[in-house]
Amino acid sequence: MTMLARKPAVTAPAALSAPASFAALPRASRLRPILAQVIPPLLVVLALVALWEFATSGPGATLPPPSKVWADARDLITDPFFDNGGLDKGLFWHLLASLQRVALGFALAALAGILVGLLIGTSDFAMRGLDPIFQVLRTVPPLAWLPLSLAAFREAQPSAIFVIFITSIWPIIINTAVGVRNVPQDYRNVAAVIRLRGPAFFWKIVLPAAAPYIFTGLKIGIGLSWLAIIAAEMLIGGVGIGFFIWDAWNSSNLSDLIVALTYVGLVGFALDRIVALAGRFATRGTSAS
Amino acid sequence: MDRFLDISQLSVAFPKAPIPVLREIDLQIARGEYVSVIGHSGCGKSTLLNVIAGLLPATAGGVVLEGREIEGPGPDRAVVFQNHSLLPWLTCYENVRLAADQTLSKTMSRAERHAWVLENLALVRMTHAKDKRPSEISGGMKQRIGIARALSMKPKVLLLDEPFGALDALTRAHLQDQVMEIHASHGTTVVMITHDVDEAVLLSDRIVMLTNGPNARIGEILEVDLPRPRDRLALAADPRFVAARTAVLEFLHARHANPALAAA
Repeated sequence: MTMLARKPAVTAPAALSAPASFAALPRASRLRPILAQVIPPLLVVLALVALWEFATSGPGATLPPPSKVWADARDLITDPFFDNGGLDKGLFWHLLASLQRVALGFALAALAGILVGLLIGTSDFAMRGLDPIFQVLRTVPPLAWLPLSLAAFREAQPSAIFVIFITSIWPIIINTAVGVRNVPQDYRNVAAVIRLRGPAFFWKIVLPAAAPYIFTGLKIGIGLSWLAIIAAEMLIGGVGIGFFIWDAWNSSNLSDLIVALTYVGLVGFALDRIVALAGRFATRGTSAS
Repeated sequence: MDRFLDISQLSVAFPKAPIPVLREIDLQIARGEYVSVIGHSGCGKSTLLNVIAGLLPATAGGVVLEGREIEGPGPDRAVVFQNHSLLPWLTCYENVRLAADQTLSKTMSRAERHAWVLENLALVRMTHAKDKRPSEISGGMKQRIGIARALSMKPKVLLLDEPFGALDALTRAHLQDQVMEIHASHGTTVVMITHDVDEAVLLSDRIVMLTNGPNARIGEILEVDLPRPRDRLALAADPRFVAARTAVLEFLHARHANPALAAA
């Protein structure tokens, strides 16, 4: 009852001063959902930073508190673009080097993975022949491939790219194949009635129907690539965010290390979102991101 | 009798099943006729439609359309599927256009096909939503696009597989009226699967009643001798309508009651 009585009282002033507040009202109502999205994570992050500060401020703390990270690594945070030659570069350059490796390795994996996935999705022989091999190979951890690829390529750069490739290709192959096999019978019936066959059937029915699965594979693949490159770079050295982290640990520069980890997380998140957005665009909204 | 669509001695059995689903179905359908097939769930009425569509093979006997035995699916027997089966990545226009492009590219130019697609969308009153995707429109609208897609193939026979089964009563009535209009204006031959007695009586020239499956046969064929155009309001109290309705109900519930329900 009180709810019913209160409602008109709340809306009445807005209705009375209609001409003045009418323009302001939609703006406020547009802002509110954005604030509702932004405020909770912001508050939680602030609370976690406060907790971190509190937990690491004691005399026996092994990790630096956020205030010390800011004091130590201020240059690194505020200027990611400096370049003093050699390995003494801003985080932007390290991230860029890592991203270039990921871009190349992932692009090759996407291309090969989708093609092989389409093959084993459409051919029972290829499926029976290749699937057991893939099921074994995909469980090999990314870094286990590194010594072998170093032996084969005899150079750090192509070896790192190969590790990305071999890590991210499996989910792409498997999801593409599942997508092709799961083209709903309904769509097949429609295609049969309008006599859509051969390549036209493939391009107009199979590929679009499998696209959401393919993008799921790509999304998992890009996440694995980013996991793998950090680990691989720790071992192969050179410019790259992975080696930067390893280097910071070796020189006991924990503040730099923490800043680098934050960047790794943010870039990984951005990569995931980019592939999801590309998927939504390419599948015209039929893929869930 | 005009044997436009001739189903003779048709039996359908699925592999591994000892008893055939349908046995010795004989049915002749004239050009422009509206025939409904009614029966309890699982009696094989959808199977019958799928065989006419060519999506399922006949085990024995066969189906002849205009003197030619059907082998496999084709646009001369356009299907409106129960669950609409629109391609979700295409807009409504593109869904219809794909069918038109695929089936009429030899007889119509691009511009003609474009106009033809728009004409069919207008026929089912969906012009306003032509650029929407299937996920953005209601179930009744999807089914109307499905009908437009089927009509755009210029089929000899329109096959409706429980086309209104998933819709609410008001939307269903609205779509039934539209299908009646299209049947009257185009003179299309229609075979409709349904489990709705009122729908069958309202729309059909003849109602084919199947016995319970497996081993389902045609139990009875009822001529619905009502003048067209038919009006659902006027017919509700018409003794001929009531008599036809009672005859179908009696077949379904007295003489061939659903075995699954009877056992329960």
